[in-house]
Amino acid sequence: MTTTIPDMFRLRPGRTHEACGPAAASFAAIAAAGVTGNFLWVRERWVTGRLNPLGLHRFLDPARLLLAEVADQTEALAVAEEALRDGALRLIVTELSQPLSLTQGRRLQLAAQAGSSIGLGLIPEGLGSNATETRWLCSPVFDPAEKADSTLQEWKLIKNKSGTLGHWHVRWDAKAHRLDVVSPVGERPGPTASAG
Amino acid sequence: MWFPRLASDRARRRQPVDGPFALIQRQGSADRIYCLTTEAEDHGLHRGMAATDARAFCRSLLTRPADPEADYRALHLLRRWATRYCPWVGIEGADGLVLDITGAAHLAGGEAAMLADMRQRLTGAGYALRLGLADTRGAAWALAHHGPVDGVPPIAPPGDALAALGRLPVAALRLEDRMTATLERLGLRSIGDLAGAARAPLNRRFGPDLLLRLDQALGQQPEQISPLVDPPHYATRMTLPEPIGLTSDVMAVLQRLLDRLCETMKRHETGARMLHLTLRRVDRDSQQIALRLAAPLRDPVRILPLFQRSVDEVDAGFGIDQMRLEAVQTDALPARQLGGETVADAARLDDLMTRIGTRIGLENIRRFLPADSHIPERGFISVAAAHSTASPKWSCHGQRPLHIFPPEPVTASGSEPPQRFRWRRMSLSLARATGPERIAPEWWAEHQDWHRGLRDYWRIETMQGRRLWMFHTPQNPGWFVHGEFP
Repeated sequence: MTTTIPDMFRLRPGRTHEACGPAAASFAAIAAAGVTGNFLWVRERWVTGRLNPLGLHRFLDPARLLLAEVADQTEALAVAEEALRDGALRLIVTELSQPLSLTQGRRLQLAAQAGSSIGLGLIPEGLGSNATETRWLCSPVFDPAEKADSTLQEWKLIKNKSGTLGHWHVRWDAKAHRLDVVSPVGERPGPTASAG
Repeated sequence: MWFPRLASDRARRRQPVDGPFALIQRQGSADRIYCLTTEAEDHGLHRGMAATDARAFCRSLLTRPADPEADYRALHLLRRWATRYCPWVGIEGADGLVLDITGAAHLAGGEAAMLADMRQRLTGAGYALRLGLADTRGAAWALAHHGPVDGVPPIAPPGDALAALGRLPVAALRLEDRMTATLERLGLRSIGDLAGAARAPLNRRFGPDLLLRLDQALGQQPEQISPLVDPPHYATRMTLPEPIGLTSDVMAVLQRLLDRLCETMKRHETGARMLHLTLRRVDRDSQQIALRLAAPLRDPVRILPLFQRSVDEVDAGFGIDQMRLEAVQTDALPARQLGGETVADAARLDDLMTRIGTRIGLENIRRFLPADSHIPERGFISVAAAHSTASPKWSCHGQRPLHIFPPEPVTASGSEPPQRFRWRRMSLSLARATGPERIAPEWWAEHQDWHRGLRDYWRIETMQGRRLWMFHTPQNPGWFVHGEFP
C-alpha cells in the first residue's frame, strides 16, 4: 500500500510541527500515512473524544498505531521527548491542551533533531509555540461537487521557518491512498449560506 | 527426616512465643488444633482437639491460625537446604524429607556423624527433628516415626532391617489406621510378629498392600526416591564489602548481576518481563526498583540502560551495601535467529516502550485490536501494547468517523435531519445528509449508552464544513452527535 503525498505536505524530519483547527486530527492521520512503520499518538487520559481506528482505517493500517495515555500535559511532553529522542518511531503525534513554554518547545525540537524523527503537536487554535518549524491550520470544507465520501479540507500553512506560507484545498483519496490538491471551491454555494 | 512439629516450629521461628502454643485450623464447624508444641502437649492437649476445649485445659495457651501453604513452602525450602548432604532429596508426606545418601555419607564423616550434624543444625534452627537411617525407604520411615526418641542412634544395620524394625509396632509400616487396628486385634503387634506370620492368609485377609509395605520396609521390594527438580531460580545477589553511593558504581554492580541473571535465563530459554532490584542501605533500609519490560528480554546490554532512570532517583543515604536482582516474572523466550533489520527495529521499539512505561506505566501504552461487534464503540478494543501483537485484520463496513465521543444531544425534532441546529456553541446548517444507517443494540449485551434503543445514523455535512456523525433514536425521539468525520 503505497501512499502518495505531494512534497509540500511532507513534514520535515528532525523538526517539530504543529497543526490546529477542527481537522487537525486528519492532518495527523495523513502525515502518519506518509511515514513508514509504527507511530505514537500521545493523548491525555481525561479527554473524552477518542480516536476511532475504524475511521483511521481510511488513511492507514490501524495496526501501526501505538497510543500513549498520559495523566497530564507534563507527562505527555516527557513521553513525546523520550520518543522523539529515541528515533525508533518516525512520527510522534501529541495532543496538547495548553500552550508550550519556550523551554518546552525548544526541548521537543532538540529531541526531534537528535532522533531525526517528526514531532507533530495538535494544539488548540492560537496557542502555538515559537520553536515549531511549521504550523498548519486545517478545517473541513463542504464539497458541493463530490457525492458522499468527500474529505475536502482547507490547509493553511500559517507559519513556516524555512519557506513561504501557503493555502491549499486538499482531498484524501482513500482508494488510491493519495492526497489530491484541488482547486479551491469558489464562494460558498447556494443561497442558504447567508442564512446561518 | 521427619519434622513432627513442622507447622508450629515454623510459626515460632517467625515470631518467638513463650509458653504453650498451638496452631488452630477450622475443620468442619469447629476450630481444631492443627499442630502444637511439646509444652502444650505437657498440658494434656493433643492434635485434633477442639480449640475451645484446649483453652479450658490450659488457660495460658497461645494460638495462631495455621497456614498449610506456608508450611508446604517451608518444607520445600528445607528440601533445598538438605541438598547440602546429598543430591537426591525428595518430599515425604506433608512433613518429611527423604534423602538417598548412598555414596554421600563419607563426605560428612560417616552416617552417624551426618545424622548428628543434621540434628544439630536443625535443632539449632528451632525445628524438632526425628531421624531414621536404613537400607530402605520404608525402614527409615519406620525408624524416624516410631524408633527410639533418643539414646540409640536410629541407624538400621545394613542388610538386616528386621533386627532394627522387629520391635517396632505395625503402624510403622505406613499402613492405614483401620488395618493397623485390625492387626493389633489379631495379636500381630510388632513388625517382627508380622514378618513371622504366614504370608498367604495375610494376603487373603488384608490384600496385597500390607505385604507390599512389609517387603518395602525389609528391602525385598524396591522403592524409589523421586528427587524434586529445582525450579529455575531467577535471582542474584551481591553483597559489597564497602558501601557504594555513586550512580555509576551502582550501575556497574547491576551490570554484573544482570550478566549472571541473563546467563541463567539463557539456560532456561526464558526472558524477564518484570525485574525487581532491591538496594539495601547500610542502615538496613531497603529500596526497591521495579522495571517492567515491554517484551521478554534477557540481553544485559539492553536491560542495563533501562534501569538508568530509576537508579538516578534512588536515595543512597550512607551507602548501599547489598544489591539483589530478581526476575519476578518471566516468559518463554526461545533462541532466535540473530540479525535482520526488522528484528533490530522491533528491539528498539520494545526498549522505547519500556522506557516510556517506567514513566507512565506500561499498561498505558495501548494499541487497538479489531473486535467483532457492529456497535460503533465496540468495533474495536484497546489493549496494552506490551502484552499483545498488532492485528492486521481490520475491516470496515460503511463509513466511520475519525473521532467518536459520548453522544452529545442537539435540540431537534422529527426523524429527518434538522436543517439548523446548535452543537458545541456553533450554529450549523445542513448541506447534505447521507443515511440513515440503522444500528440495533446487541440484545445479548447490556450497554448503558444504548438504553434509548435503535439508532439511525446519518452523515451530516454542514455548510460550515464540519462533517458530523449524528443519530436519531426513533424509539425514544432525540438527536445526538456521536462523532466527527475527517
